[in-house]
Amino acid sequence: MSDGSERPPLIELSGIGKTFGGVTALSNVDFVLREGEVHGLVGENGAGKSTLMKILTGVYARDGGTILIDGEDVHFTTPRDAEAQGIAMIFQEFSLIPTLTVAQNIFLGHEPRTFRNAIIRDHDMVRRARDLLDELGENIDPRARVEDLSVGARQMVEIVKALSKKARIIVMDEPTASLSESEVDKLFALVERLKASGISIVYISHRMAEIYRICDRITAMRDGRDTLTAATTDVKMEDLIRAMLGAESTAALNWVPRDVDLAAAPVLEVEGLCVAGSVADVSFSLRPGEIVGLAGLTGAGRTEIVEAIFGIRPVASGEIRIGGTRVTTTRQAIDAGAALVPEDRRTQGLVLDQSLQDNIILPNLVRFSRGIFVREDAARAASLRHIRDLKIKTDGPGKEVRLLSGGNQQKIVLSKWLERAPKLLILDEPTIGVDIGAKADLVQKVREIADAGTAVLVISSEFEELLAMSDRLLIVFNGTLIGDMNRQDVHSEEVLHHAVQG
Amino acid sequence: MQSKVEPIFPRHQLNLAGIPWRENIVYICFAGVLVFFALTIGDKGFLTVSNLFNIARTTAMIAVISVAMTFIISSGELDLSVGSTAALAALVSALAIQAGFGFVGGVVAGLLCGLVVGIVNGFFVTVVSIPSFLVTLGMMQLVRGIDMRITYTNPVPVRNGVFSAIFGPGSIGVVPTLFIWALCVAIIGHVVLRYTPFGRQVLATGGNRVAARYSGVRTGRTKVICFLITGVGAALAGMLWTGMMGTARYNFGEGAELAAIAAVILGGTSLFGGKGTIVGTFVGALLIGTINNGLIIMGLDVSEQMMVAGAIIVLAVAFGKKPVR
Repeated sequence: MSDGSERPPLIELSGIGKTFGGVTALSNVDFVLREGEVHGLVGENGAGKSTLMKILTGVYARDGGTILIDGEDVHFTTPRDAEAQGIAMIFQEFSLIPTLTVAQNIFLGHEPRTFRNAIIRDHDMVRRARDLLDELGENIDPRARVEDLSVGARQMVEIVKALSKKARIIVMDEPTASLSESEVDKLFALVERLKASGISIVYISHRMAEIYRICDRITAMRDGRDTLTAATTDVKMEDLIRAMLGAESTAALNWVPRDVDLAAAPVLEVEGLCVAGSVADVSFSLRPGEIVGLAGLTGAGRTEIVEAIFGIRPVASGEIRIGGTRVTTTRQAIDAGAALVPEDRRTQGLVLDQSLQDNIILPNLVRFSRGIFVREDAARAASLRHIRDLKIKTDGPGKEVRLLSGGNQQKIVLSKWLERAPKLLILDEPTIGVDIGAKADLVQKVREIADAGTAVLVISSEFEELLAMSDRLLIVFNGTLIGDMNRQDVHSEEVLHHAVQG
Repeated sequence: MQSKVEPIFPRHQLNLAGIPWRENIVYICFAGVLVFFALTIGDKGFLTVSNLFNIARTTAMIAVISVAMTFIISSGELDLSVGSTAALAALVSALAIQAGFGFVGGVVAGLLCGLVVGIVNGFFVTVVSIPSFLVTLGMMQLVRGIDMRITYTNPVPVRNGVFSAIFGPGSIGVVPTLFIWALCVAIIGHVVLRYTPFGRQVLATGGNRVAARYSGVRTGRTKVICFLITGVGAALAGMLWTGMMGTARYNFGEGAELAAIAAVILGGTSLFGGKGTIVGTFVGALLIGTINNGLIIMGLDVSEQMMVAGAIIVLAVAFGKKPVR
């Protein structure tokens, strides 16, 4: 990795300020992107990373400060202005149209045309799309529909789309959030090639390992200000985390050995579980107070196993017992004391348009009712209690959850289940898109829940987090259970990385 | 998928003088329309008590259907079959009374019609997984065909004292019976949607079906119950129509599905589910009834009334919509 400081600045943002309805989102932020560098942008959710990038890409107008591109002062009023300058952003939620083909998506809005621009030259478009994909070494059929592609392939298409518009600056917002490990490797290889061809990349991520792996320089943000900018080689991870969090401690992410009563009757028993096309003959059990991590690669069948336990996915054969009762439907699982914090909180965990309070009482309607009526006062009191306990940042229980950050949304999903005092808590990727501060809160809370006697089953692709929480680790490979390890026997993340490869 | 929403409070953009205009568009429109008609045709009888009660009476059926429609739309579905179901219930109840089953027999027969249509709709939407727009579009045609066939389009008069007293055009004191029906249905609907677990389940199902299912809500069952509600609501409206006219006709409720959807959306319920308000719906229905009444008094003919009413609905919804970001 070469030192980026010798390269000339391509973009200079200085003194950028932005407020939304009286709330300051950015104040006096400086950010310099040099030619051909990969620049990491880190910070907790709400620190202002996305807002800064939306100003750079013309989505928002800045309130103050200057933006220089190639030394010239620019004022973007629409994303098109930024696009004309070669700036493209790749969003967390992809902006591709699933029902159109790869080529149609890549050239959407700037298709090669003929006959006075009236007719799209389809063959030409497909050929040029293929050329672009080949150039990047991507084996994707330009005629395939986007909905038929994997998440990783879609991301590649998104990048190609940016390149087709002659982008010189690409902003990637959490690009690896839903990629498998091999897809991440492919993405990083592509990033290296883009960099070699002189393209600058702003890389936003919560995953420190990735930042250190591919970034030349790093800028950290906190509370709408830039708190640190340095070459990656010059900054230690502790210093970086401190710049993001301020004085807050990250001690919660260290593993603490816990005692589990091995003689207690199991809370969850899974016997010979098979799910069509994904899980074969999986058996295991969980005891009260135990935290068990389910480790495996994406696609190994982890999510399928927990969805089967929770009655969402049909079970082909095998038996699931929760607290001794056999369960087959979601309702039965919930009644038997199970709770699931699902993988995708936005589509599976929350009703985004509804308030925090309505979301928390949804699985608990019976408890929050008297006769045929919902008890609003009790619901409000419970919501306030969860807001305090889990440090949810919100104006109040009536706040629509779509307006809250990822970490706070995840705390609400957890709250709605904690309200039931579950015997079995299942967490599927609980910290995706969650900032480090909220992550520490969540890990701490999970330990408390387990200490109070709840059995916890955790899936996470972040092994660091899995190792921080688990008492025991189950290794899933290709739909089967290939290992059952005690935490104290796993001495490093490498051991786990090796184990999940099969 | 939606792009990530930053907390920029878009709904506060139209917040002059501290009033969220956008969310209360239906009330503002209603007040505006009343004032407009009072000023222009106040002297032509618009403002008389008998005319205002006349509006209430003629709007009652649409109001009942709209309240039921609020449930199905809040659950993320749609029911286009309400108009023909109303006519079916009207005819079947009238025939039952004619055949000597009496008042109770007639009402039960009418309500059963609504339940049957609701179950069929619910079955195809939840079990066979066909979009409700298509299922109920088909049922709208099918049921209207049945309406025409059962009496070969002949009207069925109802000569039953109890029926006319309860569903008829009379009044209790000065308040029209039909309006009392509509008011009762709206109050029950409001309480159920706003204050009961079932209401929450409806809103959660419409707001995010997957998340509701993951929370243990039986979303299919919830939707079927909503279809039963629209079926029964339509059946009740059909019998109210019979009561008002003294006769059941095959063409009752033609266009009622569209008027009801307009009332629901005007009232502030989201067409995509998850947000619903019965109070808004009720005022929305009154608004549509008032516009129609005022235009008639102004002397507009049917074609002109339709144009003006249609334009008002589009403009009101456009003004009440959240701004596109």
